[in-house]
Amino acid sequence: MATSNPSVFLLSVNGQIEGANFPCYDDLYCKYCFVYGQDWMPTTGLEEGITQITCKGRQSQKLIWNFPLDITFKSTNPSGWPQLVLSVYGPDVFGNDVVRGYGAIHIPLTPGKHKRTLPMFVPEPTWRLQKFTRLVDSWLWGRRPEYTDPKVVAQGEGREVTRVCSQGFVTVIFNIIMKDMKKLGYDSGPSTSSNAQPCGTASGWSTEEQTNL
Amino acid sequence: MASPGASAIRDKLRKQRRTLQETFVKLKHEGDDEQALVPSSGLSEESQHSTMNETQSSEDDPGETLKRTLRAQRQMRRKKLLEKLSAQNSPVEDIEEIPSVPLHSEDEGTGKISKVPSLTSLASKAPKSRASQQSDRFVTRRLEEKLKAARSQGESLRLQEASVVAAGRRRDRPKVTRSDREVDSDADSSQFLPQAASTRVKFRGPTEPVERNRVTADEAYNFFTINFEVQPEEKTSKKSRKSSKERKREEAQVQEEEDEERSQDPSQDHDEDEPLVQDEDGNVFVLEQTSKDFLEVKSAEYIGLRAFAVRHRPLIFTPSSRTVPTSAKLPENMTPRYLEDEGLYVGERLTVSPSNENILENRILRMEEGAKWFGDDGRIISLPDPIKESSSRPPLFHMEDDLDPALQTFYMKPLQSKHTNLSICAADAVLGDYQLDVDVSGLIFSHHPLFSREHVLASRLAQLYDQYLNRQRNNLTEHLTDKLNGLRNTMRNMLEIHSEQNLSQALQQRIVEYSMEVKNTRELRDGEQEKDRTLLKSLVKVWKELKALREHQRFINTPYKLFLRRETVDRESDEREYEKDILSEVWELEAEAEVDYQTKLSEYKKQLDEWKAWRKKQKSKKKKRKKKAQDETEEDDQEASEPEGPPDEGPSKPDTPEKLELDTIVKQVREKAARIRRKPGEAILIPELTASGNVSEGELCPRGEVARRHEVARRFIFVKILYNDKEVSQTNSFPLNPDFRVHFGQIFNLRIVNCPRSITLQVFEDLGSLYTMLAEVYVPVPPSSVLAGNSSIEEFEFSSNQREMFDHEGVGSGVPLSFTGDASDNVILLTSGKLSCCVSWGVGEDNVPLAPPLSQHPGAHHGGQYDAVSPLAPSGNVKKIGEWAMQSRLDPNDPVNASVMQMLKVASSGQVSAPDFFRLEQLQEEFNFASDEELARSRRFRLLALRSQEVPEFRNYKYVPSREREVSEKVFQGYEKRLKEGEMIDTKEHLDFHRALVAKYLQKIREAVIHRFLLASHHFLLSDMVIEEEMPCFGGARLRRVPDRHLRDSTEFLEMRSPKLLKMTGRAEMLKILGLNLFHLAEPKRPLRPQRKERKKVTAQNLSDGDIKLLVNILRAYDIPVRRSQGGKAGPSPQGAIQGSDWLVNHVQVRPFVEVSFQRNVFQTTTADGPNPCWNEELQLPFRAPNDDYSVASLQSVKDEVFINIFDEVVREMGARENGESPQTRVEKHWLGSVKIPFSTIYSQSRIEGTFKVKTPAVLLGYSKERSQPNAGVYESVHSLCQGAFITLFITIEPLLQPGESIREKIKELKFDSQEDERLLQAAERFERAAAEGFPGRPCATTAVDLNGKTVFITRYIRPLNPPPEIMSDQPQEDAIQVARFVSLIPSLPDKVSFSGICDLWSTCDQFLMLLAGDEEEHAVLLCNYFLFLGKKAWLIIGTAVPEGLSAYVLTLEQGRYLIWNPSSGQYYGQYDTFCPLQAVGCLVNADNVWLNIQEHVSPMRISFDVSRGVGWRPFFNRFFTHPGLSSVQPEELVYRGSDKTAAVELQERMEKLLRDKVMEWRPQRPTRWNRYCSSALKHFLPSLEQCAVALGSGAHDLAEGHRHELENLLGDNRISGFPLHMAFSEMGPIVEAVHSTGVHTIQTSNVEFALAVYVHPYPNNVLSVWVYLASLVRS
Repeated sequence: MATSNPSVFLLSVNGQIEGANFPCYDDLYCKYCFVYGQDWMPTTGLEEGITQITCKGRQSQKLIWNFPLDITFKSTNPSGWPQLVLSVYGPDVFGNDVVRGYGAIHIPLTPGKHKRTLPMFVPEPTWRLQKFTRLVDSWLWGRRPEYTDPKVVAQGEGREVTRVCSQGFVTVIFNIIMKDMKKLGYDSGPSTSSNAQPCGTASGWSTEEQTNL
Repeated sequence: MASPGASAIRDKLRKQRRTLQETFVKLKHEGDDEQALVPSSGLSEESQHSTMNETQSSEDDPGETLKRTLRAQRQMRRKKLLEKLSAQNSPVEDIEEIPSVPLHSEDEGTGKISKVPSLTSLASKAPKSRASQQSDRFVTRRLEEKLKAARSQGESLRLQEASVVAAGRRRDRPKVTRSDREVDSDADSSQFLPQAASTRVKFRGPTEPVERNRVTADEAYNFFTINFEVQPEEKTSKKSRKSSKERKREEAQVQEEEDEERSQDPSQDHDEDEPLVQDEDGNVFVLEQTSKDFLEVKSAEYIGLRAFAVRHRPLIFTPSSRTVPTSAKLPENMTPRYLEDEGLYVGERLTVSPSNENILENRILRMEEGAKWFGDDGRIISLPDPIKESSSRPPLFHMEDDLDPALQTFYMKPLQSKHTNLSICAADAVLGDYQLDVDVSGLIFSHHPLFSREHVLASRLAQLYDQYLNRQRNNLTEHLTDKLNGLRNTMRNMLEIHSEQNLSQALQQRIVEYSMEVKNTRELRDGEQEKDRTLLKSLVKVWKELKALREHQRFINTPYKLFLRRETVDRESDEREYEKDILSEVWELEAEAEVDYQTKLSEYKKQLDEWKAWRKKQKSKKKKRKKKAQDETEEDDQEASEPEGPPDEGPSKPDTPEKLELDTIVKQVREKAARIRRKPGEAILIPELTASGNVSEGELCPRGEVARRHEVARRFIFVKILYNDKEVSQTNSFPLNPDFRVHFGQIFNLRIVNCPRSITLQVFEDLGSLYTMLAEVYVPVPPSSVLAGNSSIEEFEFSSNQREMFDHEGVGSGVPLSFTGDASDNVILLTSGKLSCCVSWGVGEDNVPLAPPLSQHPGAHHGGQYDAVSPLAPSGNVKKIGEWAMQSRLDPNDPVNASVMQMLKVASSGQVSAPDFFRLEQLQEEFNFASDEELARSRRFRLLALRSQEVPEFRNYKYVPSREREVSEKVFQGYEKRLKEGEMIDTKEHLDFHRALVAKYLQKIREAVIHRFLLASHHFLLSDMVIEEEMPCFGGARLRRVPDRHLRDSTEFLEMRSPKLLKMTGRAEMLKILGLNLFHLAEPKRPLRPQRKERKKVTAQNLSDGDIKLLVNILRAYDIPVRRSQGGKAGPSPQGAIQGSDWLVNHVQVRPFVEVSFQRNVFQTTTADGPNPCWNEELQLPFRAPNDDYSVASLQSVKDEVFINIFDEVVREMGARENGESPQTRVEKHWLGSVKIPFSTIYSQSRIEGTFKVKTPAVLLGYSKERSQPNAGVYESVHSLCQGAFITLFITIEPLLQPGESIREKIKELKFDSQEDERLLQAAERFERAAAEGFPGRPCATTAVDLNGKTVFITRYIRPLNPPPEIMSDQPQEDAIQVARFVSLIPSLPDKVSFSGICDLWSTCDQFLMLLAGDEEEHAVLLCNYFLFLGKKAWLIIGTAVPEGLSAYVLTLEQGRYLIWNPSSGQYYGQYDTFCPLQAVGCLVNADNVWLNIQEHVSPMRISFDVSRGVGWRPFFNRFFTHPGLSSVQPEELVYRGSDKTAAVELQERMEKLLRDKVMEWRPQRPTRWNRYCSSALKHFLPSLEQCAVALGSGAHDLAEGHRHELENLLGDNRISGFPLHMAFSEMGPIVEAVHSTGVHTIQTSNVEFALAVYVHPYPNNVLSVWVYLASLVRS
């Protein structure tokens, strides 16, 4: 199988959506999906998923999901590199399910372990009245504006018509393994000794170490 | 290598140090000024030390000491070198080294004379420079020499020393510091003069580093004697203050010294020292180094903060902010001069704070040449303040407010010309894009009103000169002279050879001819010569006049100068020539005269003879008459008149010809020669006109002239270009040059559509604000062979008869002008000039000339001049021309061939031309990582590029391979094929050329629209991105529901509960909005009458195959045709079915089932019984999008149709007869009718619900369409118009796809341009908005987008138009049906499909007829226009219908009854027809107005169509907004092409063959036999069916029945089931699909035979009606 002349490269993503930090909200759940280009195809794993609802502990202010991600892509072209799109929902005061944040991030380009923190945002209502009476509004109608498709946060087109406000953060851990990237002529940094690499918290450090060695 | 000398030195050093310390202590006590100067610095100590040593060492013999030191140093140097080499440093040696240097200083001190330091420095330089031994030796020699001199001097000095011991200690320093003062007096230090000066400078500027490279002796000395870090200036000043007394004393002493030294020979010293000083370079370093070495021994010292500051003070310059006195800033003895006081304007100075200014001044003063920064007034020179008091920008006004309303600009829509429409309609003539290049290069006025007199003359001169040059070029005179000479020579030769006596007749004749020729030529030459001469004369004359004028007016206005170059000639030869010429001419003239004389003489003689004869006769007559007169007197009167006549008539006595005398001839010839020819020996005058002269400056001219020049400068010229009398462009305005030339140099590329008729250039003169047209120049349309490359610039003359007069020097035009005072030579000059321009056809990118073929433009045949070369040139085949030139032996000198030769020359030279462009992205190449060719070659890159361009084939191409080789060429095949097809016309698919063209055209439009759509699809609105609850409007009662995720979830849940589709009621909607879903709990779980509810809409993004299903709910059907007979017995009577009512009860009439086929997937319902079955079944059909592209655009362009076919299930018993055992049954299905619903309709409406008319064939063999329940009298009247079967359906898509909302909104967003008035458009928008708000669900259209993408008001589409004359008959009622049928035969192609649902384009009727495709709107508009032409009252109904959804129908008023016409089917319905497909009426449109339905109901049955009454209809144009008189966009008249019978026949045959093949193809397992007999019989029927259809639906029925019987009779015992299909022809595909859907081929019987007949009936304008008769025959 392992041909010397591969026609595709593989990108295996493991990891987990660790948790989130939404100071004002509780009982949130998270939906994730991957957005990728036309030359990409998931070979195995779940493309979409939904986490359990989690609530904050007494001590911790963090929401922990620890929701595993496991997906492998194959591709012929680095263009359209997969992105992880997260959207967090939770109930408002009246139990209506509203969106609490959207966020997207590219899957890290280098092998190894990466910890990423995604800033989240939500679209703002355009109605001025609604803005002022947000509380009343939410009481009355219990909903916020949402994106037609969460995947729009992974693309740039059309975003100029929206305005958003920032919400909180979601932490994701990626473990990346790649195959045959080099053979196809793509060099995504130090990939050879990814196993020997110490499990650094920040990938930036590890790469620097590598280059220095 | 410690020499004993060195040790001695060491000893000595030690001793000296001791003494030094002693003296130091002593000095400290003394409190000498040096203390203050050199505070606690090691170096200064050293220097002090050295200075103090002076006294001690002075006792020693300085010479000896020096010698010793030198030796020691030399040794040390060598040693150092060695050390360097060995790289070993012994500390001992180091120590030894150290003292050696102080020795120097001591020696210096002992030497005391200024020469010594230089010596030492020289010596010390050597180690530093580390020169070779050689140089060492050289140095030593020099030193020894020096030493001698020094010794002698030293001795003499010692004498002095004795007297100046006390002062000697400080003597050197003053010498350094005050050497400037000593310059004049101190002869001893004269040698230091230059150095001294330089040192002073250096020491004064402490920041400036000491230039060590050029250290003079003084410096070297100073280095040891003074501390560097002490600011010398300060020191001097301090010292000068402190020890002024001392100095005085010193000076006195110095004076003494000098006196003494002067006694010695100073020059000698000088000589010796000069080279020395020059030699030493960079030697200071050594000293420094050594001193550092010295420092190493010392311990570090603390420097106090204050001390540090003090020490650094010299390094830091702090300019004071105190005011600098004016005197310091000015040169000495200057009083400040204030320009302002002198009355000169100075300007305001920039305000700078005084302290800053002071600081700057102080700083500047410090600088070298600081004074130059100060002006005469003692202030810094500065420019005046540049900031203006008032802003120079013109004040901005609000244009709208202040402007006179009359002056306000308003926007005018561009007017569309008729021709643009024409060009589209003339699609038959393949349009190319042609380009005409108009190069307007320049303009020269030969007269202009602003010409001065001089200009008039000058232009005259220039014209004459031009003429002259022209003549010179042609050189006719020369040519003729040569010819004349040649002729003369031949004649002479001839005469010589054949001596005159024996001249043959022929020869004589030739000589005569020759002489004639000579004569002619001579005359010609004389004429030319005369012209030349006069031209030259007039040239000179004009020039003289010009000169005189210039003289007179005392200024020069034109740069012209005429030079007459004299070309001297050999006088003798010239004279000889001249004489010879005259002689020969005389001789010839003589000969001619002789000949002339002879002829005249002979004539004379003849005449004389005649005359004589006549005289004689006359005389005899007279005599006779006399006799007669005597005889008869009566006759006399009559006779008398007779003789009086003849004498008049008779020839008079001829004059004797005069023989020309030779003298006179000679005289004449000479006279003439003198007149026309240059005198012999006179120099040939060659005029040369140059424009090199200077034009006088304006100041030198009188006022009139200045005014004229001003006027000239004010004038601008521009040229307008008119093509076919329409202005297309104009050049920029260029100023009129003083020489009345204008250079434009502009090329205009005209993209032309219409045939070129004329190209006109209008020359305009721009006088500031107003401009006047000077002249029009008509430029001929170039022949198509004249291309941009090969055309030459031509000059076109123009003139205008405009009258202009000036009061200045300008002469005006159209005004008499005289150069002389008495107005004798009055001339009237008119504005005229020459415009040089060039018109040619453009050349395309690939060298394809963009010129129309010759036949296309009528203007091509103008003029006879046809350039022989130009047709060859565009082919670029210069080589061929070269060959041709060689073959035809073109005379290269012939001016006619000049252009060919020029071209050949250019071609042979290889056409090297500098690039006449500049690069925009000049570094692009450097950034390209691969060359363009490589990229172009790369298939993978191409694939990626095409995908990103969203080329349809590749838009959704996935997984582009990572390697080049994996991309197969096959990928591109389809794409390339399409590209190729774009050019080629595939006649196979389209059967006739016209349709192919149309298809191509349609494709083009589609591409353009799709392109626009793609642009629009990247343009997002907020609603595209964000789902947001619309703010509930509390005032209004309406709450609009917006899809919401949360709610969607709940509805999903509901859906799960009740799988039947429910319709949400308005109340539920309300409740849900309130978020109280409680009521749902109360709702019954399975309601008795479930209503369909809305489901969530899915954006078609994450869909894949199999996700989408088409749900078809077949409810029931009415009036299905029933079987006519059981068992297929031949010949039941036509009334049988109706009569045998009891038979009907007993037997199964029909067992219909429904088969739904979609994308070749077939599903069927169960079989029901009877003609009015009820199935109530739901079928799920899978849907597959093309190319797996589930995007909105792709789904919208799905062309597939859903066929809903009703079949009769016939159970046949097989083999029962043979076996008698268990009878085998076989199920047959017979097609009864079908309903077609395009997928696009379902998609756009998301659900279709209603009762549809089943399209049943005109004849169904074996079935009767008779209504089974004739007693249903209630409906009788209703059904009278609509016979046939009906089926009730509900179709939807699961999941509910987001229907591609019409891009119309987006397009509106994009602002499609429009020709309509803005006010009208706004009103239309308001109207539509009001309609949408007040009456939701009622379609309202006021504007439509035409094929050009422009918004057009809808009423413009309505206009009476003539239907084709062929289909017209006498009866108006029949006409209407005919016309409707004709319209329905035009294939229908929903815009949604053709333009991927992007927009609804309305084509005009002529475009529609040309394209032969359009949707309901086009059909309706055409039908409406036809009806209007037929004199009916007709309206367009914009409404909703089943199944089309938003559609257009036609309403007519006939005899008080309203009829609704379905334009795409040709059917008409009464207003109260239940089965009328029109469901809702939105608005009515006619040519005058648009009416919105504001009645309560929308159904046509329940509304009143009377628009004249105010109630019920809201008009668009009303009293307040009247109809502005919109003209129609439709053509005045439709032109039809006759029906093409042969094409129809051809198509018919082809179609038949194709269908036959297809049927066989669909039956791969079984043989397909064709019953030819039956086929021919069927074929026979079809034309009559067409006629029936045309005649009238109901009447045709009997005819069809008749045919059926005929057929059944013919084919006796065969069971026939078959039917004719009828459809409009657009393409083959739909027909094949329709035939397939009937399922005739599926019959399984083995002994089946098929019959197929096709009939194509042609209608005008290529509209074809297709009949396909298909039957299966089973032998029974």
